Amino acid sequence: MILKAWMPVLAATAALGLAACSAGTESNGPGTSTADTDIVRHDLNPYPSTYEPRTSGVTLIRGATVFDGLGGEIENGDVLIENGQIAAVGSGLEVPEGATVVDAIGRYVTPGVVDIHSHLGVYPSPGVNAHSDGNEATQPVTAEVWVEHSVWPQDPGFEAALAGGVTTLHILPGSANLFGGRGVTLRNVSGRTVQDMKFPDAPYTLKMACGENPARVYGNRGQSPATDMGNMAGYRAAWIRATEYRDSWHEYWEGAENGEDASAPTRDLELETLMGVLDGEILIQMHCYRADQMAQVMDMSEEFGYQVTTFHHAVEAYKIPDLLSENGACAAVWADWGGFKMEAYDAIRENLAMTHANGACAMIHSDSDMGIQRLNQEVAKALGDGRRAGLEISDGEAWQWVSSNPAEALGISDQTGSLQPGLRADVVLWSGNPYSTYTQADQVWIDGALSFDRRDEEQQPVRDFMLGQPGEGDD
Amino acid sequence: MRTLIPAIALALVSAAPSLAQSYAVTNGRVVTNTEQGIIADGTVLVRDGSIVAVGTEVSIPAGTEVIDAGGGWITPGLFAPYTQIGLIEVALEGSTTDAGAGDSPYSVALDVSDGFNPAGTHIGSTRVRGVTRAAIFPSTGHNIFAGQGALVNTSGEADSVFETGSLVFADLSQSGASTAGGSRPAAWAYLDAAFGDARGYPGRFSADHEGDALNRFDAQALLPVVRGRVPLVLNIDRAADLRRAIRFQTDNAPVQLIVEGGAEAWLVADELAAAGIPVLLDPMRNLPASFDEIAATLEGAERLHEAGVTVAYTTVTSDGYYNARLITQHAGNAVANGVAWDEAFRSITLTPAEIYGVGDRFGAIATGYVGDVVVWDGDPLEAMSSPTAVMIDGEPTSMDSRQTRLRDRYINITDETPYAYRR
Repeated sequence: MILKAWMPVLAATAALGLAACSAGTESNGPGTSTADTDIVRHDLNPYPSTYEPRTSGVTLIRGATVFDGLGGEIENGDVLIENGQIAAVGSGLEVPEGATVVDAIGRYVTPGVVDIHSHLGVYPSPGVNAHSDGNEATQPVTAEVWVEHSVWPQDPGFEAALAGGVTTLHILPGSANLFGGRGVTLRNVSGRTVQDMKFPDAPYTLKMACGENPARVYGNRGQSPATDMGNMAGYRAAWIRATEYRDSWHEYWEGAENGEDASAPTRDLELETLMGVLDGEILIQMHCYRADQMAQVMDMSEEFGYQVTTFHHAVEAYKIPDLLSENGACAAVWADWGGFKMEAYDAIRENLAMTHANGACAMIHSDSDMGIQRLNQEVAKALGDGRRAGLEISDGEAWQWVSSNPAEALGISDQTGSLQPGLRADVVLWSGNPYSTYTQADQVWIDGALSFDRRDEEQQPVRDFMLGQPGEGDD
Repeated sequence: MRTLIPAIALALVSAAPSLAQSYAVTNGRVVTNTEQGIIADGTVLVRDGSIVAVGTEVSIPAGTEVIDAGGGWITPGLFAPYTQIGLIEVALEGSTTDAGAGDSPYSVALDVSDGFNPAGTHIGSTRVRGVTRAAIFPSTGHNIFAGQGALVNTSGEADSVFETGSLVFADLSQSGASTAGGSRPAAWAYLDAAFGDARGYPGRFSADHEGDALNRFDAQALLPVVRGRVPLVLNIDRAADLRRAIRFQTDNAPVQLIVEGGAEAWLVADELAAAGIPVLLDPMRNLPASFDEIAATLEGAERLHEAGVTVAYTTVTSDGYYNARLITQHAGNAVANGVAWDEAFRSITLTPAEIYGVGDRFGAIATGYVGDVVVWDGDPLEAMSSPTAVMIDGEPTSMDSRQTRLRDRYINITDETPYAYRR
């Protein structure tokens, strides 16, 4: 097929030929203690971040139009970066001694772009068979897999996204499965290992998927789920097991803490992740297109006592902004993708603006190694269409869709996503208004360190894969 | 090439707008794509389906309907050079797609216009974004030949197809190599054999003889390509494969090639320019998405223009049936990466028309050109801009689509009318 790429990568699961026997999920992990006096508590962070910010100095960006990421706009604004953090935002800031001063008159400054839905590293470039690492499509419930174990840190897509101002991105497994596995939040930095990229202390997330994808993948194999009702039954069965598992652990800990002779339940990686959701430690990021399906999932979350943090794609969010806001669920959407399957048939270009204006938490997402390079333009299209529909949304307000809203939905808004003093200095200097097609990111700072400079090749990372290849270093 | 005559087809359309109307599009910045350049505050006069006057001093006859551009932009309708609009309604539902035919015994003979549905809902959502003309392509799959493409408008009317047999499409990329048996040599051998079959048509197929590669029906369909009367569009990205294609054109004169893809075309820019081979390029492709596209770069478009290659822009990285409407954003990104605005805009209007041999009728605001005129609320290549009026064949078209109807149904959540009764 020539015109093969005209649907999201998530459908790529059908190409998986390795129907390996299912991974064993039950084992006594290395953290299990046999000593009666010790209370068994498994290490919940066995692959910790080794990210170290690059050395940064004091930088004052002066005279820009500033979108603060929380809805505010400052004309002729200054942003001061010190110790890797936002130190001050305002007008007419004094130049600290030794500061690098960046003249930004006529340009725009924003918090770095946060993409809540990316498959970089797991469906990387080049998209060869060996790199198709995003869907463990061997059984419908694979909450035990962690996408960070699939991320290839040499994906050239990371640096292309950096040139588009992306400083933080959330990598998800695909949507073949009801429970696809844990996601991971990354700093958009280069590293030899994925741990070098991991966002320190970002909460874990769990990918779930509604609708056509799981039903197609497993239905085509003659197994459950083959239908929407099979999907719901599959989720509920898993939540029932997870509830029992959680109860058994809580009962054990309570008993052990009271000095009873309790023995720890057998560790189960799949149920451990689901337990983390029930305990409010792991955030649900759920692929779901249709309004009626999102509504049923929200009922289910109430049934089992957890929270859906974000519905991803959510092409019909505009039909249920009231239900989303009542349930505290966000919608992460495209500006204008649709049509590739029935559940995407009712996509409209005003989805983001209408969902936002009607009171729900909404944001842009890419789900694409191309879209992630221009999320500012995706916001621009959504904003333009929203305004033409009569919705009054300011430029600064719309920047929340690509900064503080996704940061909030990833549980890292106290770290990034806005230009508040004390937050990580993840900052983009744009050549003009970021809603113009002609605007590009001139410079990008991550934790205060200049990490990309369009006019300085020394500040343009090149991943290993592109070394010695034709086109090395081209953007 | 067979050309449908619009006047005859129009007569069959009961719902067609009344003919012989005059319109004056006024008060806008007119992009002409001609020596007139951009006219700061111009008027375009359209009568009986055609543009009859352009300029600052156009006198508007009595009885002419005035369309006030309100200080916006007035441009020729966009021409999307590589799409599948009207062929795919829901990509994953095979029952709604007519782009490919993996189980057909035929290849070159497949005429994509036979599957074009002017009532497809993406036609309207494409039109309201300023795309008035498009080349529609079949998908390849079971054979390196996908079939024949056609030229359509986006009016949604019964006479939307205005030319058939406009091109033959074939895949000579890594996927074509796979289709042909597993290697690029297999794909080129098949192409050579197919050309031999067409040259030998019909004699070779008399008596009991079969073609080396093609059956009689497909060989007949390839004949206009072999004779250079219909272009052969090849899907190719890799530089080495582009060089092989240039050699193929030389060896098979008078065949005319067009390259679709061209991720690495900038590496072969001078040779492509010398060979007169146009490139249908998505200027936003910049990732090494496969080993055919290692050198893809955002600067590719600018380097091709600079070398004198004829370039028209596609939307491959978005899609071609639902988001061909994003062609303006793709062109705008070419500008962001070094292409002059006028050049980029021609690459989505006049240049595609010229590539398909209809540049004397479409793609410009000039006297005698077909009345495809779009009024915009701002610079058409800006992500936030959109058309306010779209004329096709000299008639204003509806600015509604199924998507705008859904928008209007749900925008007011406090409306007491049950949803399904809001129309």
